[in-house]
Amino acid sequence: MPMEENTRPKEILRSGHAACPGCGIALGMRMVLRALGNRAVVVVVPSCIAVISGPFPNAAADVPMFHSAFEIAAPTAAGISRALALQGKEDIPVLAFAGDGGTFDIGLQSLSGAADRNEDIIYVCMDNEGYMNTGIQVSSATPQFTWTGTTPAGNTRRKKQIMEIMAAHRIPYAATASIAFPEDLTRKILKAKEMRGTRFFHILSPCITGWRIGEDMAVKVTKLSVETKVFPLYEVEDGLKYTINHQPGDLPVDRYLEVQGRYRHLTPEKTAVIQAEVDRNWQELVMRAARNPKN
Amino acid sequence: MAEAVRLCRTQFVAAYPITPQTPIYEKLSEWEAIDELGGSMMRTESEHSAMAACLSASLTGVRAFTATSSQGIALMHEMLHFASGCRAPVVMACVNRTLAVPWAFWSDQTDSLAQRDTGWMQIYCEDNQEALDSVIQAFRIAEKVLLPCMVVLEAHFISHFMEPVDVPDQGLVDEFLPPVHIPRRFDIDNPGFVAPVVTQTQYRDFRRRGQQAMEYALDAIEESDQEFGKTFGRRYGLVEGEDVEGADLVLVTTATITSTARVALARMRKKGLRIGLVKIRVFRPFPTAALRALLDGASRIAVIERNLSLGREGIFCSELKSALVNGPGEHHIQGYLAGIGGTDVNPELIERIVLDALERKEPTDGPVWMTEET
Repeated sequence: MPMEENTRPKEILRSGHAACPGCGIALGMRMVLRALGNRAVVVVVPSCIAVISGPFPNAAADVPMFHSAFEIAAPTAAGISRALALQGKEDIPVLAFAGDGGTFDIGLQSLSGAADRNEDIIYVCMDNEGYMNTGIQVSSATPQFTWTGTTPAGNTRRKKQIMEIMAAHRIPYAATASIAFPEDLTRKILKAKEMRGTRFFHILSPCITGWRIGEDMAVKVTKLSVETKVFPLYEVEDGLKYTINHQPGDLPVDRYLEVQGRYRHLTPEKTAVIQAEVDRNWQELVMRAARNPKN
Repeated sequence: MAEAVRLCRTQFVAAYPITPQTPIYEKLSEWEAIDELGGSMMRTESEHSAMAACLSASLTGVRAFTATSSQGIALMHEMLHFASGCRAPVVMACVNRTLAVPWAFWSDQTDSLAQRDTGWMQIYCEDNQEALDSVIQAFRIAEKVLLPCMVVLEAHFISHFMEPVDVPDQGLVDEFLPPVHIPRRFDIDNPGFVAPVVTQTQYRDFRRRGQQAMEYALDAIEESDQEFGKTFGRRYGLVEGEDVEGADLVLVTTATITSTARVALARMRKKGLRIGLVKIRVFRPFPTAALRALLDGASRIAVIERNLSLGREGIFCSELKSALVNGPGEHHIQGYLAGIGGTDVNPELIERIVLDALERKEPTDGPVWMTEET
C-alpha cells in the first residue's frame, strides 16, 4: 500500500505560506497537494486559499499555480486541462481549489457548466462556511443560526447541500473529506487522480477567526463535525452510488457547537432544531447508501 | 469568420450562443463534428466562462478563439481585463449589437467600445473580406504582442450579409501564421505562479508594461498588415485616408458606414465637392500618429458613427479630438450620430451630413443626431 509514502511524502505546500496559525484550509491544502503530487497544475481563486499561496514574488506551493478570478475556478481548470490534452499531456491532472463562496455562491453556475460537460478536472471546495477572507460574512454554506458579520442575530437560512447538487450532475466522483481523517482524504485524492472527468471534493475547513475557536482547535472541531454527523464522510460515484466511509459516533451536535464562539448565542431550542436537521440529513444519507448495490 | 478560424488552425474554441454571433458558433461546431476543425470546442454555460477557458487555454500555450456580442461581451467584461492582464493572446470576434435596455438585435458599436479600457486590441471591419482577413492578422498580431485582440464586425451588415469573399489558400495562411509559439505558463518542471497579488509599485509597473505593449502593437499591426499585403495582396492599415489632401471637409468613419460613405462621396465628388475620407480601422491601440499624419492639416472634420457614450458623444469623435489636440492644426470637428440602434445609413443620409458639415459655422460640443428623412 502506498499509504505511508502518501501520508509522509515530499510536501508540496511549503512552510512560509500566508495562512493564519492553525488554519484548517492550509492543513487541507497540504494534505490534498501532497496526495496529488507535484506533477499537476493547480488553479486557485480569490479566497483564503489564494492568500495562503503567497504574494509575489513568493509562491507557497511547488506546482504551477494560476490565481484566476473568483467565479471561474472550474472553467479555468477546464481550459488548462483541454489545452494540456491538445498538447498530448492528458496525464497531468488539473486541480481547482475554491472556497465555499466561490463554489456554493458565485462560482456555482460555472461549476455546474463544467460538471455538465464532465470536464477532466478535480475540483476541491475548501468550505469554511462563510466569506472569511473578507472578514466573516454569510455565504450559502453558512449553517443555520450561525453568527457572522452580516448575520449578527444568526443566519436564517440552512446550509446549501452542495454534495447533492454535484451528485445531481451525475459526475463520476464526488466525496466529502476531512482534515481530521487524513488517511481517508488521501485515499480519496489518490482514487480521484486515477479517474477521468469531473471529480468534486467537499472539505470542511475550520476558520480560526470566523468560527471563534482556538489555534489548536481546527482538527478537533473537524473531528467533532464528523462524529456528530454534522459533516459525514462519504463518496458518491456516478451521482447515484453512495458509500459512507466512516461510521460516526453517537455524539449530540451540541458537542460540536459548544466549542465554537460563533454558536455562543444558541438557545436549547435552536440547538434542537439543528439536531433535527442533522438527524434528517443523516437518515437521508443512510437511505441513499443503502440503495447502492455495492454495499 | 468561422472559415478564418479554421484556416488559422485554431486549437481551442469556447463559446456561448448569442444572436447574431450564432452562425459562427454553429459553423465551427459543424466542422468539429466532422473532424474538420482540428481543435477542441467547449460549449460553455456563459460567455464569462468561455473567456475564462479561452484565457487559461491560451496561457497553457494553445491558440484560442471565442465569438460573442452585446450582452455576452458585457458579461465577459471582468475576464477581458483578466486576459489582457495575463498577456493571453486570445482572439475574439465581437459582433456589434445593441445593448439592452431596450432589447434589440441590430448593429450598434457601443458593446465593443464599452470594453475600451480592458487592454484588448480592437479592429473594426468594413466588410466581410476584411473581417475574414482581420482574424488571420489578429492571431499573428496577438501572438507577437502577447495581448488579446478583438475583431469587430457589425450585426447583420456583416454578420448576416452575403457577399463574395476570397478565401485564402491554406498553404499561404500557414506561411503567414506559423504554428502557435507562445509561452506555456504551466510547466510542471518549472513551476511558477501566474497572476499573483502584488504591491502598489509592482502593480504600476505591470500597467506600464501593458502600455508599452500597446505602443509596440502599433508597429506589430503595421508589420502584420504589410506581410499580409505581400502574401495575399490586400492591405488595410491602422487607418485609411482617401482624397484627404486639400479637401474642404474630411469625413471620419468606421466599419460599414465607410463603404456607404465611399459611394456617397464618389457621387459628391462628381458634383465638384472636395471631400476626403478617413476610416479608423484600429481603435486600440489608438493610431494617434497615423491619424495626425492624415488630419493635422484638415480644417473641417465630420465624424459619423454608430455608437454613443451617454452624456458625451460618439466615442470615436471624442477619441479623435483628443488625438488631434496637441497638433498644430486648427480644427472644426463635428460629431454626427448615424445608424444608432441599427437604423439605416444610406448614401443620401451621408450626403446630408456632408452638406450640414460644410455649412455649419461653429461645431457643437455634443453630437448631431441624424435620422431618416421625414
